[in-house]
Amino acid sequence: MSDIVEKTLTALPGLFLQNQPGGGPSAAKASFSSRLGSLVRGITALTSKHEEEKLIQQELSSLKATVSAPTTTLKMMKECMVRLIYCEMLGYDASFGYIHAIKLAQQGSLLEKRVGYLAVSLFLHESHELLLLLVNTVVKDLQSTNLVEVCMALTVVSQIFPREMIPAVLPLIEDKLQHSKEIIRRKAVLALYKFHLIAPNQVQHIHIKFRKALCDRDVGVMAASLHIYLRMIKENSSGYKDLTGSFVTILKQVVGGKLPVDFNYHSVPAPWLQIQLLRILGLLGKDDQRTSELMYDVLDESLRRAELNHNVTYTLELLYRITNAQNVTVIVQKMLEYLHQSKEEYVIVNLVGKIAELAEKYAPDNAWFIQTMNAVFSVGGDVMHPDIPNNFLRLLAEGFDDETEDQQLRLYAVQSYLTLLDVENVFYPQRFLQVMSWVLGEYSYLLDKETPEEVIAKLYKLLINDSVSSETKAWLIAAVTKLTPQAHSSNTIDRLIQEFTISLDTCVRQHAFELKHLHENVELMRSLLPVDRSCEDLVVDASLSFLDGFVAEGLSQGAAPYKPHHQRQEENLSQEKVLNFEPYGLSFSSSGFTGRQSPAGISLGSDVSGNSAETGLKETNGLKLEGIKKLWGREGYLPKKESKTGDESGAPPIPQESIMENVDQAITKKDQSQALTQSKEEKEKQLLASSLFVGLGSESTVNLLGKADTVSHKFRRKSKVKDTKSGETTTTHNMTCSSFGSLSNAAYEDNYYLNTLHDRGDKELKKFSLNSELLDSESLTELPLVEKFSHCSLSTPSLFADNNMEIFHPPQSSTASVANESSLASSFLEETTEYIHSDVMKVCNNETISVSSNKVWKDDCLLMVWSVTNKSGLELKNANLEIFPAENFKVTEQPGCCVPVMEAESTKSFQFSVQIEKPFTKGNLSGFISYHVMDTHSAQLEFSVDLSLLDFIRPLKISSEDFGKLWLSFANDVKQNVKMSESQAALPSVLKTLQQKLRLHIVDIIGNEGLLACQLLPSIPCLLHCRIHADVLALWFRSSCSTLPDYLLYQCQKVMEGS
Amino acid sequence: MIKFFLMVNKQGQTRLSKYYEHVDVNKRTLLETEVIKSCLSRSNEQCSFIEFKDFKLIYRQYAALFIVVGVNDTENEMAIYEFIHNFVEVLDEYFSRVSELDIMFNLDKVHIILDEMVLNGCIVETNRARILAPLLILDKVSES
Repeated sequence: MSDIVEKTLTALPGLFLQNQPGGGPSAAKASFSSRLGSLVRGITALTSKHEEEKLIQQELSSLKATVSAPTTTLKMMKECMVRLIYCEMLGYDASFGYIHAIKLAQQGSLLEKRVGYLAVSLFLHESHELLLLLVNTVVKDLQSTNLVEVCMALTVVSQIFPREMIPAVLPLIEDKLQHSKEIIRRKAVLALYKFHLIAPNQVQHIHIKFRKALCDRDVGVMAASLHIYLRMIKENSSGYKDLTGSFVTILKQVVGGKLPVDFNYHSVPAPWLQIQLLRILGLLGKDDQRTSELMYDVLDESLRRAELNHNVTYTLELLYRITNAQNVTVIVQKMLEYLHQSKEEYVIVNLVGKIAELAEKYAPDNAWFIQTMNAVFSVGGDVMHPDIPNNFLRLLAEGFDDETEDQQLRLYAVQSYLTLLDVENVFYPQRFLQVMSWVLGEYSYLLDKETPEEVIAKLYKLLINDSVSSETKAWLIAAVTKLTPQAHSSNTIDRLIQEFTISLDTCVRQHAFELKHLHENVELMRSLLPVDRSCEDLVVDASLSFLDGFVAEGLSQGAAPYKPHHQRQEENLSQEKVLNFEPYGLSFSSSGFTGRQSPAGISLGSDVSGNSAETGLKETNGLKLEGIKKLWGREGYLPKKESKTGDESGAPPIPQESIMENVDQAITKKDQSQALTQSKEEKEKQLLASSLFVGLGSESTVNLLGKADTVSHKFRRKSKVKDTKSGETTTTHNMTCSSFGSLSNAAYEDNYYLNTLHDRGDKELKKFSLNSELLDSESLTELPLVEKFSHCSLSTPSLFADNNMEIFHPPQSSTASVANESSLASSFLEETTEYIHSDVMKVCNNETISVSSNKVWKDDCLLMVWSVTNKSGLELKNANLEIFPAENFKVTEQPGCCVPVMEAESTKSFQFSVQIEKPFTKGNLSGFISYHVMDTHSAQLEFSVDLSLLDFIRPLKISSEDFGKLWLSFANDVKQNVKMSESQAALPSVLKTLQQKLRLHIVDIIGNEGLLACQLLPSIPCLLHCRIHADVLALWFRSSCSTLPDYLLYQCQKVMEGS
Repeated sequence: MIKFFLMVNKQGQTRLSKYYEHVDVNKRTLLETEVIKSCLSRSNEQCSFIEFKDFKLIYRQYAALFIVVGVNDTENEMAIYEFIHNFVEVLDEYFSRVSELDIMFNLDKVHIILDEMVLNGCIVETNRARILAPLLILDKVSES
């Protein structure tokens, strides 16, 4: 039997070779890694059952080709299995993949093997014939020397195993009962439990071994054996009465807290194990007075303990809820007492969270607050929620209304930390030390007596302490760096620099070098690290223009211009083609760098024109001269430009008073560039910057999808804050992002050092996106918990409010219905009619009024017009239409939204301009209209209107040349092939659809390729390159915004399906 | 005994399903639709246990995600209710602040975790460290 199985399996690849469909696999391989990602993406974007069916059928046919292709590696196969699991989970038959699951379990190693087994256990049922093919693999793995493989085999045996094959593995599994590792023994017992379930007779002879398992020295093995005993006792309780004493003893040990502490669940010792034991005892004691008597004691004890535990939890929860400003000191005192004696992690995390929250809310005075927080940090230390130190520091930094009060609080904190640091031989948790170093760095200037030198000396003492982690050391050096400009003598600083510039820890060494270089120019340092400005916005030179000189030098010495990863890939792919058609000479650059290919030229040539060789050539030459040569000439970077950039942003020290101005400049700069009116230098710099960091952006787009919140987004956010807050109001959420968003120690230097430390740029950017990812991902903490935290994060809009996952929610079915438009159309204000507008939709009505809305797609915004018709014969007073604030949108009321008097049977229109704050798939605006009838009776009517991303897309009219340049400068891209019916698959009709339905501007048509451009209001450009090949439409989006391509792709697919 | 373990979001989309008794693929989606419907129709104040056909549903909501466990009448509801939370705590530890997307992108690993905790409809392991140990080894080996 087993021989045949082996032969079948080895023959399989050959069999599959024959019916392999053409084309698929090799093409699939290139973009394989993201296949699972794009399936997940597809699934999240589903809005209907119909769409799901289409997506999954597509997926299944592509999977069918891939799994049977000989080129498919085991790693790819592993991913295919996960995709198949998805398909079956959604209810689609994926039986063609079952055999491959078995193959993967057989051939794969470790994780692949595990996924193979997993797929088998999910796909097959007990009596499935294919299951027999698994037996040999299981036997082999059970004999493996690799424990992980043994574990897997035991797991799968306990899940699913053909009854008739039990004898093949039974001896092997019995052997495992004597294994030295508990996990193997435990899993072996569970496998035997499975056999007991499906074929009790086959395991009759090993009952004695079960007893051994029950008395195993390991709790896990003992607990596993209880499953078997519960079952056997259920069938025949009288046969096991002699074990009553053993079960009682075990339960006694459990409730007595004799188990290792990690078996506790929320400080209850192994509750599920207790339940299991109680069940068994229940069966044994049933109708049996004598046996029952043996249990009374332990039952009493279990009950008592359970209540006690319950009471403590309950009491704490109760205390927490009744806290107010009067009783806070007492309650927190009690909580701290309990905190000091509890050892379990969950209890500590939970409790310090509560204490911190109460302290923040009700603190009676500064001293109490700081001391309580000290206790929180000392005990909660490194297990507490990171929001606690973040919020605490934010609170200190932002302060309240009263500036003197704030300063006192800060001063108190500084003094208290200095005292704490004076205590000898006390170890504080790393997080606490980090909090201390930040506070000391920022606010030591408030001290009267102690000089900065003394504070530095204390920090230095920590720095040379071995128990301090290198992450904390980075915080410490940062604090020292901040204090350095205030210090008069620099002995300690010199010593510190000397010692840590040779540190073995690269991170610490880096910081020390930064300090060293800054220390050489105290003036610069002072302007760079101003006192008490942690909340201020800082200018970040997004174009990284300070690198220009460095890059120019590199290039002039013959270095190849940087190409982002995806560009290199494209080149490799396209080069093969290009070289087939062209003479060698032509693919080399005729510009400055001899013998070097111009990356931009080649890749654009291939991007845009792919297999049409002629146009490709033309573009290659043309763009090379434009994009590259002018910037990096034979003599290197043009000196004239260098001096200019130096004025603009090259000089790192930015005077304090001009910061705001600069920010504004920077924003205008960005806006301008997006609107394509930027100067040549800007363009070039942007091009350089984006090609330097382009890989980072696109990577995060692919991997993180909903979570991705990349750098460009961040800057935009900043500008948003600037819009709303004026003057010297401090911006808030930048601080979390930059300073304490995560544990990343160096994150805060992003702001301070980005202008000066060019060689770190790329690392920093990664951190930026990493931080934001952490902040934005919605935590799956249980609801009440989220609510609790949302309280302390009043000033943290990004923590929970910014929930990107919401974006993928399928839209609510539209509530609006079409009304007869003719009567209302005339009532629009004249100015609106010159723009394209939607049909009029009736959104709500009652017996008095009816409200309809329509959308006017103006060039700079979406104008929502609500027409309110007074149907009644009465006069309405104070008609007022308001729109509720909505996530994603900024709604501005146009004049005339309150109408004092509305005559009988008249129509008034209310206009609101809507701006978008970030891309989305479906959104919705709701509001209400209120009015008075005859001065007395007032009424209110609510309505809502769905908005689509397309409402904010406008054509972007640019030339092909500009398209080419922009294309290269955009970091975020998304590609997708869309299959179309043959009748659709003509470029002109596709372009027409895109132009009409998505409002894209057709920039150019070259052969079977089309270039289109659009912008998301106010000014985020997005470019689309599309190509028709047979019946496949290849769409390729690029944009400066990380999420926009995804959304547009989605819309594009929708209109393609619809057309 | 546990009959099935589901993770379904508010929109009724299944994010994970595991059956401990054989159910035909096409019948599963129907069952899941009904199950999530009955969970969604309940308010926060209502009990998290529902009598459903010939078995019981025990559910908990985490953000937009419902975890629903179907059990027969030999099972203790509170034990399952706490078990769900234990499962989420394990995920939270493994993914460090787990989100719906973590589950979607790592469906295989979530299954592997669940397999350590439930076998044949029985809760077989609840110790966080022990549940994660095999998976962490796999991660470590496949990294290097």
